[in-house]
Amino acid sequence: MATIEVDGRTLEAEAGEMLIRATDKAGIYIPRFCYHDKLSVAANCRMCLVEVEKAPKPLPACATPIMDGMKVYTKSKLAREAQKGTMEFLLINHPLDCPVCDQGGECPLQDQALGYGKDESRFMERKRVVASHDIGPLVATEMTRCIHCTRCVRFGEEVAGIMEMGAPGRGEHTQIGTFLNQSVDSEVSGNMIDLCPVGALTSKPYRFAARSWELQNHPSISPHDCLGTNINIQTLRNEVERVLPIENPEINDCWLADRDRYSYESVNSEQRLTIPMIRDGNPDNDGGWREVNWETALKYATSGFDTAVSASSADRIGGLACPSSTLEEFHLFQKLIRAMGSHNVDHRLQQIDFRDDSIAPVFPASELNIADYSHLEAGLLIGANIRKEQPLLSLRLREATLKNDTKISAMGVINYEMNFDLSETVISDPGALLGNLASLASEVCKLTQGSLPNQLASLIGADAGNDPAISNIANELFSREKTLIILGATAQSHKDASIIRFIAQWICESTDSKLAILPQANGAAGWIANCIPGNLGKNTVEMLTSDLKAYLLMGCEPDLDHVDGQQALNAMTAADFVVQISAFKSTVAMEYADVLLPMTPFTETTGTFINCEGKIQKSAVAAPPKEDARPAWKILRVLGNFMELPGFDQVTLADVTAEVSLDQLTPSARTTSPEMDTSLIYHHTSGLQRISDTPMYRTEATLRHANALQKTADNPFPAAGLNQRMLEKYGLSDSNSALVKTVEGNSEIHLTIRLDNRVPDGCVYIPTGHVETAPLGVRTSVSLEKA
Amino acid sequence: MGIDIKQLYKTFSLKELRKGLGVTGRQLFRKKTTIMYPEEKTPKSPRFRGLHALRRYPNGEERCIACKLCEAVCPALAITIDSEERDDGTRRTTRYDIDLFKCIYCGFCEEACPVDSIVLTDIHEFHMESNDERLIEKQDLLKIGDQFEAEISAARKQDAPYR
Repeated sequence: MATIEVDGRTLEAEAGEMLIRATDKAGIYIPRFCYHDKLSVAANCRMCLVEVEKAPKPLPACATPIMDGMKVYTKSKLAREAQKGTMEFLLINHPLDCPVCDQGGECPLQDQALGYGKDESRFMERKRVVASHDIGPLVATEMTRCIHCTRCVRFGEEVAGIMEMGAPGRGEHTQIGTFLNQSVDSEVSGNMIDLCPVGALTSKPYRFAARSWELQNHPSISPHDCLGTNINIQTLRNEVERVLPIENPEINDCWLADRDRYSYESVNSEQRLTIPMIRDGNPDNDGGWREVNWETALKYATSGFDTAVSASSADRIGGLACPSSTLEEFHLFQKLIRAMGSHNVDHRLQQIDFRDDSIAPVFPASELNIADYSHLEAGLLIGANIRKEQPLLSLRLREATLKNDTKISAMGVINYEMNFDLSETVISDPGALLGNLASLASEVCKLTQGSLPNQLASLIGADAGNDPAISNIANELFSREKTLIILGATAQSHKDASIIRFIAQWICESTDSKLAILPQANGAAGWIANCIPGNLGKNTVEMLTSDLKAYLLMGCEPDLDHVDGQQALNAMTAADFVVQISAFKSTVAMEYADVLLPMTPFTETTGTFINCEGKIQKSAVAAPPKEDARPAWKILRVLGNFMELPGFDQVTLADVTAEVSLDQLTPSARTTSPEMDTSLIYHHTSGLQRISDTPMYRTEATLRHANALQKTADNPFPAAGLNQRMLEKYGLSDSNSALVKTVEGNSEIHLTIRLDNRVPDGCVYIPTGHVETAPLGVRTSVSLEKA
Repeated sequence: MGIDIKQLYKTFSLKELRKGLGVTGRQLFRKKTTIMYPEEKTPKSPRFRGLHALRRYPNGEERCIACKLCEAVCPALAITIDSEERDDGTRRTTRYDIDLFKCIYCGFCEEACPVDSIVLTDIHEFHMESNDERLIEKQDLLKIGDQFEAEISAARKQDAPYR
């Protein structure tokens, strides 16, 4: 500790720490542009110059280490003149277009010019003008306004992990921009907008929509990730205009993923469903659909379910919920289905293997606290595209690798690009993945000198050699403290996902690691609210294959949300009666549904979100419901009333929340029994093995209707990805068109071929979540023909 | 109680009455200050604050850039603006409403405007027949601006030395 004196005040501070941190903590204001708490020190704006005793010239507070006995004057004549001089230089080239600048009103340069600027310019020469380039659909640029603080450059380099912005040129010719006019494709690019102290980088969807001073703040929770990111939904006259992060060191720090920042666009989408609609088969109406009032729609839904129940039996009703629903919605949804006499209710649309349901933990959880991801020492990602699935967790993993030599390795079916350096990467086809995991378990056994369970030993393939990568991973997990195994989306949608979970858990127990099974969106709440079938009901896959007569859908479009879109679509079409509670009109749903009930999206409703570490947070209403849309929990409650079912007389949302037991949400991802069925389901017959994931902006309806996100590089047009060797083998080349057939030959689609070296040999990558690829289902084997 | 001779003299000589009639008599032959409104009108200051107008540049482009400073400064909350990015990439209003019932004609909007777009003209003779006419919209405001541009710019020019 060192004792320093700032403006006559005595402060205790860490010696060697930068002066500006100590003054910030003490609440002493020093102007700055380039300094940011989460970024490295650049000291290039010179705005934070202060007078330090015995120093001949003013020193930048952001780059002056604290020494014992230092005397600092932040408001002395010398400091003031230095700051005012810097401001005058900054304003030389900064345009005076504040009235048309989106940063106007929340601009550090504008604010500080008021305090440190002159009211007249002495600069009579020409101002510098810099051309702006289009850097993608999310961030608008106006580079003439740039003051070269390099916060965006440092953010890309240090936090996001991809240096997309740079500062080529020197002196007057410095220009911040992307290299070779490329676009900024980072999944956290929106943070550059928050960091930019001027209006050089602004939000494109928000462009010219409102001014900062007229927006109303609504602190809320993002529904799209399993972290419960804290967001501030800003509205103008009851319209959502933009979303900003709220700093929460335990969850999102001060960052926000683009997914959470721009998903609000769907709320104002033209495809919003705002009036209840029924299809009563009147040919005079458009496709038999007509808009009705709530009473008619709910009566129609009630009688439809009654008919379906009386025609067969109550357990022929199924319920599918979107994983981004709130706890209350999940609870009332399962309550309604169960009150109707069925237990067929599920929210796990991306899962195929449910064999460990009976021994599953309370909810899929991360045993490691989110904040501790930054202090990890070793980690293993299994089938996890963590950068796209949970961008903010990925930032923390990157922080860990940079700070303390953390070794993070990846095993899976796609060689995902990470924003941190991977220690080891073991990529194989889906069948061999289990063998590799079993080999890892056996390597762990060698280190612990334990014995490998027979179940696992039988999984190790005959060709499993001594892959040094696998033994390195075992060594990292075994020898280091604070280790974690993360199961991502492709591991959880694997046909033998339960075996993957079993092996992962076994390795965790042997190496004393923590386990994280990251749920999709608010999936943890779905488990806690019991929106799962249990022993009595059918899970998603069983439902879709057992010819149910009626479905109730909440927030989901099964044809796109389910892993096997075609199967889901067939099941919906075959059902006699489908009620869809949705915020959006979908042309596909209008083919199979009978009633469309308009629910409010996340900005217009309130509810409870439970993140992967069991933290309970409440979201807030930011805008009133559009037209006749209503919060889903109210729709479900009134539907219960119309069906004259008991237990649907809650008055407030709190009454619903109180029905769910929220005690003891200890985050554990472990199964309750060590016994496990390890017989393989995944069988690869012949041809190419299809591997898939859902691109990050296609996982739910709210994201699919967000226009700007749909235009990003993270939402490419669906194509069949093959690596270079496979392309040569099949005589194909990049951007060829090919006919993809299932081996059984019952469905085929035309797709463009794309060179994708992330894909292992013998596999073809075809994403789900697209109408174009849905007919393939989740077949393991496909064949390719050049078209 | 004694008799006030002075008072008696005043009363009976009708001094006050003659004094008053004198004033009347003088005014009778003076030039009249009343005018025949509305045929005749008094001159107005170039700073007169009457009905609002939105101005254009000489090339016909509307001046308003939707900065919303007038909306922010308006003490009566009479102005409502919606903005968007026009096809040519410029910032423009899609709505510019002034509630003439709320407006207190303080002229702050004109002072706040960085591009001299919103101005208060010297038009004070306007009325409306129903409540819903109190909102004056962007196109109406631009029309007023177009029609009276000569008067508006002349008034600004006249007042310029004092600003």
